[in-house]
Amino acid sequence: MKLKSFMLAACAAAMTTGAAQADGLKVGMITTLSGGGAGLGIDVRDGFMLAVKQSGRSDIELVVEDDQRKPDVAVQLADKLVQSEKVDVLTGIIWSNLAMAVVPSVTAQGKFYLSPNAGPSALAGKGCHPNYFNVSWQNDAFNEAAGAWATENGVEKVFLLAPNYPAGKDMIAGFKRFYDGEVSNEVYTKLGQTDYAAEIAQIRADDADMLYYFLPGGMGISFMKQYAGSGADKPVMGPAFSFDQGILGAIGEAALGVKNTSHWSKDLDVPGNAEFVASFTEEFGRLPSLYAAQGFDTGLLLASAMEKADVSDADAFRAALKEADFQSVRGDFKFAPNHHPIHTIYMREVVKEGDVVTNKVIGVAAEDHTDAYGVDCKM
Amino acid sequence: MDLVLLIEQLLNGLQFGVMLFLMAAGLTLIFGVMGLINLAHGSLYMVGAFAAAAVASATGSFTLALIASLAAAAIAGVIVEMVVIRRLYDRDHLDQVLATFALILIFSEGTRWVFGSFPLYLDVPSALSGAVDLPFGISYPAYRLAIIGIGFVVAFGLFLLITRTRIGMRIRAGESDREMIAALGVNIAVLYTAVFALGAALAGFAGALVGAIQSVQVGMGEPVLILAFVTIVIGGIGSIRGAFVGALLVGLTDTMGRVLLPVLFGAFMNPSAATSIGSALASMSIYILMAAILLFKPTGLYGSA
Repeated sequence: MKLKSFMLAACAAAMTTGAAQADGLKVGMITTLSGGGAGLGIDVRDGFMLAVKQSGRSDIELVVEDDQRKPDVAVQLADKLVQSEKVDVLTGIIWSNLAMAVVPSVTAQGKFYLSPNAGPSALAGKGCHPNYFNVSWQNDAFNEAAGAWATENGVEKVFLLAPNYPAGKDMIAGFKRFYDGEVSNEVYTKLGQTDYAAEIAQIRADDADMLYYFLPGGMGISFMKQYAGSGADKPVMGPAFSFDQGILGAIGEAALGVKNTSHWSKDLDVPGNAEFVASFTEEFGRLPSLYAAQGFDTGLLLASAMEKADVSDADAFRAALKEADFQSVRGDFKFAPNHHPIHTIYMREVVKEGDVVTNKVIGVAAEDHTDAYGVDCKM
Repeated sequence: MDLVLLIEQLLNGLQFGVMLFLMAAGLTLIFGVMGLINLAHGSLYMVGAFAAAAVASATGSFTLALIASLAAAAIAGVIVEMVVIRRLYDRDHLDQVLATFALILIFSEGTRWVFGSFPLYLDVPSALSGAVDLPFGISYPAYRLAIIGIGFVVAFGLFLLITRTRIGMRIRAGESDREMIAALGVNIAVLYTAVFALGAALAGFAGALVGAIQSVQVGMGEPVLILAFVTIVIGGIGSIRGAFVGALLVGLTDTMGRVLLPVLFGAFMNPSAATSIGSALASMSIYILMAAILLFKPTGLYGSA
């Protein structure tokens, strides 16, 4: 019985492989569609699907799965997508810890992985892989640019705040790498903390010129609302994750005037960006976030590579991806030798446009920025 | 660290504790009277916050939003009690944990289905925004002061309700001997529903109050739920007074630990090691407190054996 069903499964698998390899390409998307971080995954998915739709290609088959922000679920889904769905390309993961759990095994099995978000340093340095392409950023990028901007604009003393987990410490380390001034205090909070009264009191009593913080998702919303209500008046800066479109709606006017670094903004004057913002808004009825822009770029990259090579010829397809021959909505985009982006990071400010609280570009924070880990990448 | 900052941090700890009390009071009542472990208590907190955010954005009134949070959470509580919880009183705790965990998932996905995946906007009413000046040069957010005030009023109200009224008498009787008060002709089903609705309303109210200074999002209740469980274990399960004392202890320990431990370690260590060890220990502080209290009082501060 067991043997029989095994053979049946093998036959079925052989049949589907035959069908999939003939032409076209199958994409497996593992992303977060439920739980606290679902907004990010939904934006990546929608941006990606919009790019696929606009490319006019009918030969891209997309399988979307929800990882629930759990590494173990993501690993199971990756196994399923690779072994039974026989996908050629994987994408979609939002969180660094999930990426670390999935990407190395997937690329080792010869599949391509395009990261639409999350760029853990391990995958940019020693753990880089020819089949891994990061279309978003290396985790430190926004922070390094912010540090450079603070140095250039004469910020002398800064107060640093982040959650006590690896990404939080990486972000702060990234800021300090390019910041020459003094650090008055460095505070690490519990991951998922929602009340910041104690930290805010410390910040108010501190003599720093500026507060720099990284608190993703709900933590950032809570912090900013409490900070604005506390009567504290230090200027605030952070990476864009804490001040993105999906989050600004919940913070409201408390975020006005906050500076944040990002590789993309909806008002960026780049060919195709205005069209992207307009078509995304029309299709989904909300403003795109930077995650949507990253999903869109990932879709564009995939379509551009498919124009040049068939995925069954892995070397040619890899070379085609490497060329990055597409117009990114963030402007110039190239892959560094470690397959991470070389791109410009902008400084944005939170402003009010009519009734909508949103971001406006106020300058360049780092031109043609690339990550610090590429030197360790041997491939 | 000067005295002003220290007093401000004490106020912060007090405010956090008062907030926890609103959650823990319902949880401990429900456990004390019905013997039910309700993991879905955090979901009722979320329901309150979402109802408040929806009503505030529709009407612009924070008072209406607070009333809506009480009503929505109480109604959700009544529905849940009548449809699901009622079948669980006679089952063992593992069944209750499983069923109420399922309720968490249902509430979370249901909320996402209705309100979408993005956090909602709920702000402090303009009358309470900004900071007020207290004696000794302390300036403190008006809204947090209001929360402390409201929390003490609610605690006092609950105390009166339980010790001075007929329904309070029945609740206390239900805690000590369920079969007996049923035999005396008290409609135990109605009493249970009422207690559950009261606990739910308190949780929803806490959700709305906190939602104004935190993020109103799916899954916001679960971190608070864990702290609320710690609180009632410290205070003694089933005791309202224990919940109050426990909540203040947890609030003060957590806040002061976060502030003082890094400073303490900084006195004899280099700054970066002190921050990381200090903040790591600070996140354990309430669990250490719980372990220490259980060592000397295995049933909690006010628990009956």
